[in-house]
Amino acid sequence: MTKVTFREERCMGCELCVHACPQRIVTMAKHINAGGFHPATVVQQDKCTGCAMCALMCPDVVIEVEREEKQ
Amino acid sequence: MRKVFSKPASLSDKPFHYCPGCTHGIIHRLIAEVIDELNIKEEVIGIAPIGCAVFMYDYFDFDFLGGAHGRAPAVATGVKRVHPDKMVFTYQGDGDAAAIGTAEIVHAAARSEKITSLFINNAIYGMTGGQMAPTTLLGQESTTSPEGRSKEMAGYPIRLTEMLATLEGTVYAARVSVHDVKHIIQAKKVIKRAFEIQQKKVGFALVEVLSTCPTNWGLTPIEATKWLEQNMIPYYPLGEIKVPKEV
Repeated sequence: MTKVTFREERCMGCELCVHACPQRIVTMAKHINAGGFHPATVVQQDKCTGCAMCALMCPDVVIEVEREEKQ
Repeated sequence: MRKVFSKPASLSDKPFHYCPGCTHGIIHRLIAEVIDELNIKEEVIGIAPIGCAVFMYDYFDFDFLGGAHGRAPAVATGVKRVHPDKMVFTYQGDGDAAAIGTAEIVHAAARSEKITSLFINNAIYGMTGGQMAPTTLLGQESTTSPEGRSKEMAGYPIRLTEMLATLEGTVYAARVSVHDVKHIIQAKKVIKRAFEIQQKKVGFALVEVLSTCPTNWGLTPIEATKWLEQNMIPYYPLGEIKVPKEV
């Protein structure tokens, strides 16, 4: 179980995370944020492996990744 | 649920003002992560440059000073000599360190000041509007070289890290890039090493970080990372150029 959260008010819509995601599940939202950008988002949370590559590539520290502890 | 990635504590909550896709933000985050891991937030003093990163003191939750254009290593020298137990680092772009501030960085290295110097190379003047920098590649277009930099007119790009590595005073010199996840992880290790060298008081440590400037290169952020990989890395090879025996 993993959870990836986007602080979308910080997102500048550069799409670097879209290309960094090995699962190809990061997409750009249709709406625009306060800065006037289409923020990045993940709809299919269940496909996320929690690798945090999107967060490592993000220049604006938008993304937070949580992963369930292994038993 | 355990957080595997979140904002480092040394970064403030203020959003970066950089253009979309500019890798300054990645480098800022790496510095904050390294400072958190070394647990030196209370003893670190950063010296901000003139250039796109001029407001970087707003983005970190520790002490900062702003140097005059190119003079960050001179300011850092003063701070470090007055406070030898503080961790002092400079953050300079290529217009700052390789053009107007060449004298300062060369002599800070020659004196082997015990500071960590980060040199961000994006091969162009970013803040002033995309003019040709000393690091602009041959053939690269800029507002002052609209037909591409020619060696007859403007000479050759400077490899500042190799140049400073020839000085005895430079104990650590390395070049990294932040154009993809693999290189970002490597860059963090190298930046951490440069701070550890300062902790051991060995001498001047320099890390050059290849960075993108999508706005002034006229490319999308993703095209810019590819351009960096295909054009900058062949001229500015990555790796540790000089490593001290002690570390």
